[in-house]
Amino acid sequence: MNAPRDLAAIPGEPEHFVSTAPFDPTSVMRLTPEQERFYLASQWKLMWWKFKRHRVAVVCGVILLLMYASTLVSEILVPYNLHTRHTDFIYAPPQSVHWIHEGRFVGPFVYSLKKSLNMETLRRDYAEDKTRPFPLRFFCSGDPYRFWGLVEASFHVVCPSEGATLFLLGTDRLGRDVLSRMVYGARISLTIGLLGIAISFALGLIIGGIAGYFGGMADLLIQRLIEIIRSFPELPLWMALSAVLPVTWSPLLIYFGITGILAMLEWTGLARAVRSKLLALREEDYCTAARLMGAKPKRIIARHLLPGFMSHLIASATLSIPGMILGETALSFLGIGLRPPITSWGVLLNEAQNINVVALYPWLMVPVVPVIVVILAFNFFGDGLRDAADPYR
Amino acid sequence: MLRYVVNRLLLMIPTLIAISIIVFVIIQLPPGNYLESYIAELQAQGESVDPQKIAFLQSYYGLDKPPLQQYLHWAWGMLHGDFGYSFEFNLPVSKVIGDRMLLTIIVSGITILFTWAIAFPIGIYSATHQYSWGDYGLSLLGFLGIAIPNFMLALVMMYLANVWFGTSIGGLMDPQYIGKPWSWAKFRSVLEHSWIPVIVIGTHSTAGMIRRLRANLLDELQKQYVVTARAKGLPPRKVLFKYPLRMALNFFVSDIGSILPHIISGTEITAVVLSLPTAGPMLLNALKSQDMYLAGSFLMFLALMIVVGVLISDLALMALDPRIRLQGGVAR
Repeated sequence: MNAPRDLAAIPGEPEHFVSTAPFDPTSVMRLTPEQERFYLASQWKLMWWKFKRHRVAVVCGVILLLMYASTLVSEILVPYNLHTRHTDFIYAPPQSVHWIHEGRFVGPFVYSLKKSLNMETLRRDYAEDKTRPFPLRFFCSGDPYRFWGLVEASFHVVCPSEGATLFLLGTDRLGRDVLSRMVYGARISLTIGLLGIAISFALGLIIGGIAGYFGGMADLLIQRLIEIIRSFPELPLWMALSAVLPVTWSPLLIYFGITGILAMLEWTGLARAVRSKLLALREEDYCTAARLMGAKPKRIIARHLLPGFMSHLIASATLSIPGMILGETALSFLGIGLRPPITSWGVLLNEAQNINVVALYPWLMVPVVPVIVVILAFNFFGDGLRDAADPYR
Repeated sequence: MLRYVVNRLLLMIPTLIAISIIVFVIIQLPPGNYLESYIAELQAQGESVDPQKIAFLQSYYGLDKPPLQQYLHWAWGMLHGDFGYSFEFNLPVSKVIGDRMLLTIIVSGITILFTWAIAFPIGIYSATHQYSWGDYGLSLLGFLGIAIPNFMLALVMMYLANVWFGTSIGGLMDPQYIGKPWSWAKFRSVLEHSWIPVIVIGTHSTAGMIRRLRANLLDELQKQYVVTARAKGLPPRKVLFKYPLRMALNFFVSDIGSILPHIISGTEITAVVLSLPTAGPMLLNALKSQDMYLAGSFLMFLALMIVVGVLISDLALMALDPRIRLQGGVAR
């Protein structure tokens, strides 16, 4: 009892010190607020933080978001209705927007087009009539349309002034504005990918889930089926199936038919991913625990197994959307996909089917630009998502 | 090893049977049978229909029998080289498609070689120079290759070739060889004409392959044995070529299974645009006019091409990879 006190009394030694603050054994283990925020974040939050670091993917995501948003208000964004024909301006080249007329600043305006028939080449030649500028009108009333096919309206973001035209990307063989049709086309082309992926996602989950969870005979059969489907070349099979769609169907039914056909071949990749993941996960202890507690297979798969790799699945599903968009474009280009009056980018490109168009009316090929942009954007976006969903990177 | 080959061949049989069933279902799907639409078409054109011929065709194809028997009849005929009758060309299908299939095989084959020749060096470069400007540039180029639709690229290339070289590149051989039997000169003419289709078809699959090869090689390069090799002081070139590249080579060979369907799809649509005498344009026509035996044979043939292609790649993989060779199992 006395020994420590004696020791402490030795001169030169520091006095024995006891902190009066309450003792907290976990103090060294406590996280700083930033660490806590990170460690306690949900999986989706973590993904979001990781995704944000991937600049290109974020930019592509924004581009896609804008494009999809534009499909909600296509009618308002463009100067003309989808079906408006300008019979005086057939195959008119793109008009350019000018700002300065005879050295005077006017603001954005166009010159009117003057048509002449070239009797040597038998082509319509269009020239700008530079005598008078036609200023563009903004937030104006112009070509009438039915908003979403329901409400009569005539409001546009931009329209030409009276007596002038505004064909920023020229017109096609019926004198319809290519730009307007292109923006309308986004509606079909973009949604067909989403709808298709929704169908094939569901198919992939169910079929892959059955194969992976039950294994055995079901797995074997499904594996074979997937292999067989994958050994068909996609495009010819799509062609064959869409040629089977009855001619008597309405364009809308054809749209759903084509979507279904595209989805029918795309689910295999997803089903494979689901299967291999489930095969590994069903051996985990928590899965056994759930089974012992009497959970049904449906509940185990949907509640315990799928959430574990859902993020990854969604990311890979994103990567198969561009394939569907390209598929639809190719089918419509060949004339066995969607048909007018339904307008997709592929239907528009159908007009640019031969070399004469490339030589004489190159602006008819412009709808390929949004196709390329969307596919690039989906690829980068999907890559970013996949990296973000991967916990090991 | 022999067991593996036999296993692999036996496995093809059920696959082919299933494929033929699917194809048969597809050609049966359109409402009415092809003979009816054929008769209707003839009558619409004001031509008289020879009832004897109709009756002959009807019994020849067993159209009055139930679908199962029709299928067996069709499949049995195919095994004997009788692919059915093309109503549009009024010829047996085998006579119509023979040459076109050969050309499809040639074009696809050259495209695969082209894809390999381009993708291999670029993939290695991208993986060994990860995150360099070259890597970024090549990746972007690859993405563009994926994004640009084949048919548009074909159109533009056709136009440019016309403007720059003044040649018409539609078709696959000089006109004097069309319809002639195969000869060395004809083969060379085909080779000379096939570079644009090959580039157009190859871009998509090349791009995909570069990306996959890069990812694969990168995974391999991060492994421990590479670190060990480097730590021992092996020259970088040897580190790359001795082990990781060989591992990636396996993937390279097996990847044919995933690029072949793309190449064949690409061949089809490009052929339509460039009007090549391969399967594509005729398949499209056959589908549009519901000449179903012709279309069915084309589909069957294209699927067969892929199955055989995958078989070849599996066998090559077996030759390359001792794990598969010794295990004797079926590696898929």
